[in-house]
Amino acid sequence: MYQYDEYDQRLVDERVAQFRDQTRRYLAGELGEDEFRPLRLQNGVYIQRHAPMLRIAIPYGNLRAAQLRKLAHIARTYDRGYAHFTTRQNVQFNWPALEDVPEILAELATVQMHAIQTSGNCIRNVTSDPFAGVAGDEHTDPRPWAELVRQWSTFHPEFAFLPRKFKIAVNGATEDRAVIQVHDIGLDLKRDEAGNIGFRVLVGGGLGRTPIIGDEIAAFVPWQHVLSYCEAILRVYNLHGRRDNLYKARIKILVKALGIEEFRRQVDAEFAHLKDGPATLTEAEVARVAQHFVDPEYAALPATDAGYEAKKAENKPFAAWAKRNVRAHKRPGYASVVLSLKPTGVAPGDITAEQLDRVAELSERYSFGEVRVTHEQNLVLADVRQSELFELWQQVRDARLSTPNIGLLTDIIACPGGDFCNLANAKSIPIANAIQARFDNLDYLHDIGEIELNISGCMNACGHHHVGHIGVLGVDKNGEEWYQVTIGGDQGNHTALGKVIGPSFAAHEMPDVVESLIGVYLELRHADERFIDTVRRVGAEPFKTRVYADRAARLEDERKVVNG
Amino acid sequence: MAEIIKHGAIHADDWEVLRLAEDDEAGKVEVAHGRWIVPLAVWQAQRDKLAARAEAGVLGVWLAGGDDPAQLADDLVRLQLIAVDFPKFADGRGYSIATLLRARLGYGGELRAIGNVLRDQFFFYIRCGFDVIQPQPGKYSAEQLQSALASLKDFSEPYQGAVDRAEPLFRRVSREVRA
Ligand code: HEM
Ligand code: SF4
Repeated sequence: MYQYDEYDQRLVDERVAQFRDQTRRYLAGELGEDEFRPLRLQNGVYIQRHAPMLRIAIPYGNLRAAQLRKLAHIARTYDRGYAHFTTRQNVQFNWPALEDVPEILAELATVQMHAIQTSGNCIRNVTSDPFAGVAGDEHTDPRPWAELVRQWSTFHPEFAFLPRKFKIAVNGATEDRAVIQVHDIGLDLKRDEAGNIGFRVLVGGGLGRTPIIGDEIAAFVPWQHVLSYCEAILRVYNLHGRRDNLYKARIKILVKALGIEEFRRQVDAEFAHLKDGPATLTEAEVARVAQHFVDPEYAALPATDAGYEAKKAENKPFAAWAKRNVRAHKRPGYASVVLSLKPTGVAPGDITAEQLDRVAELSERYSFGEVRVTHEQNLVLADVRQSELFELWQQVRDARLSTPNIGLLTDIIACPGGDFCNLANAKSIPIANAIQARFDNLDYLHDIGEIELNISGCMNACGHHHVGHIGVLGVDKNGEEWYQVTIGGDQGNHTALGKVIGPSFAAHEMPDVVESLIGVYLELRHADERFIDTVRRVGAEPFKTRVYADRAARLEDERKVVNG
Repeated sequence: MAEIIKHGAIHADDWEVLRLAEDDEAGKVEVAHGRWIVPLAVWQAQRDKLAARAEAGVLGVWLAGGDDPAQLADDLVRLQLIAVDFPKFADGRGYSIATLLRARLGYGGELRAIGNVLRDQFFFYIRCGFDVIQPQPGKYSAEQLQSALASLKDFSEPYQGAVDRAEPLFRRVSREVRA
């Protein structure tokens, strides 16, 4: 994992001092509300429903034990004893006092953490594959590149006040787990015929009000030029992106307005001046950063551990967990473990201070002291020996992190919604919890198989509802909370935007609606066919028809009850 | 008299910024005596009349966020002062405009940030090649402006190259990985 040197540390320390002074001036009335807003946002501080919300950066989702302990400490000392992991691999606190934020940042700086550029109209914290370095399908480790992007974009003086926020994601595996197609820039690591590393560059993807899948702007940018190429894109965007209309300010709107050919022409014209300039990466620099991401000291182990296999055979709950929450590892005898932050009844992504401490301890005992955050809002211990999985499982079960539901219907992505977020049209968490409660039967859940259900409380799409196999979007109808349902969305290599199935539903209907969708799927599916594949094969029609027929029948029943 | 920050210190300054009213015509407005920074449109419309004043160093041109700095390419030798306007402090086009003037077009004269400029952005202005910062009159008290000078040095060793230091950190220093 990346370790700060004196330069990294100094920047973060200087940021703490800067923000401390800005907060002081704001509280003293020297800095106006409007002036402070972009400054605090660039430091992850929102003013929210209950208190400021502080979003802390976890670059490409990588964490160490000491950092988890610090988060636990912050949760206890400055918040209400828990934290919330987000779809951008970051972590949020919902209840800190603004006066405390400088001190929290100072504490974070002691463990090489910060809140820089986690919000605001700047280049946001870079995201990547949570299984980087351990996935079998990885051809190039994305982490050094994500770190190089992080450094380049941190306090970039030209791009600190963009028309709108800007998100970059990096992928280096065959399967895209960084959702690069819905990022402002998606960097897909490639190799040319000679084996040289470069990037296929996507631009103009994003969710939110206007969901768009990114276009390919360059088929192959050699690694030396990746930062200059990004600079060219950012400059064109900074100069020509719309600033008159907040809703049209993202780069995706500019790319669509110009067309990808014209946009590419402008970027190439800009890049021609930057190419081979000082931003050109050197082999030495890439090697220096890459040194932080060398493999840990893996033991030489047999490909499969006999004890692990035996335990799976004799212990059904363990087998269920192993099936869902344990992933294959590129190294023989190792596995990656996903800790579920989605037990029924907990807000997806929430974790208590005690659990944070436990995960820190478990990571040290079983996984080289490192943890990753997934954009599905779970945690990963990436390097666990198969022989230790049973023991680890017992521990995570005690910590209530062992729900065997990874990739299943109850592994719901949900934004904080109306319970926490000022912008919400509707609540998200209670909907997630109600659906989880309805599908609490594990056998049934496992039988339904892989399915992604994503919920957002408004069209900003923090819960990625567009790319859920089932997407749920909170909408406001005459001051009431309603939910619009989409199906057919997908993330990864086959990223697709879901289609609305029809009129929206009341909150209490949502578990029934999901049940109707699942019912159709179970009837129509071919063997081993996932929900999304069935939707693709048969189209949305049978699903729509059933959902609204079932709804009509329910209303009829209710009427009978009332009349009878 | 306005206060500006120039090369890291506060100076009194007698330049005035000419802003066109809605019904002013760029070709017709009279640029009074004194030191004026005029909008690009006025410069373009009255170049013949104003060139001598520019060459004498008593007339500058300011660019708005939507202006293309390349439009001044032929005038850069003549102009001793160019300003870039920040209509809102959160409108960051001026950073790219300044970068282009310095790094692309090779402008070497005074480059001044005007309009809605905040001390919290001083560091970024300097990095993008501004050498003079002119806050709105009355924006800061003398004392506040004095303490704002500290913001010029918010960060000592930024990662990426920019106009003031073109080389990124990895080219400036040797960053060893310590085991
Ligand atoms: C609680 C306070 C929050 C506020 C005020 C907020 C605000 C916003 C806004 C305004 C957008 C729309 C941007 C656009 O125009 O596309 C957005 C999008 C987004 N936010 Fe949040 N958000 C909050 C929490 C979160 C959380 C908790 C997460 C992760 C769980 C998150 C992750 C995202 C993501 C992934 C998008 C998608 C936008 C895209 O990819 O285009 N946000 N948020
Ligand atoms: S999707 Fe809307 S409700 Fe949910 S966190 Fe984002 S802004 Fe808030």
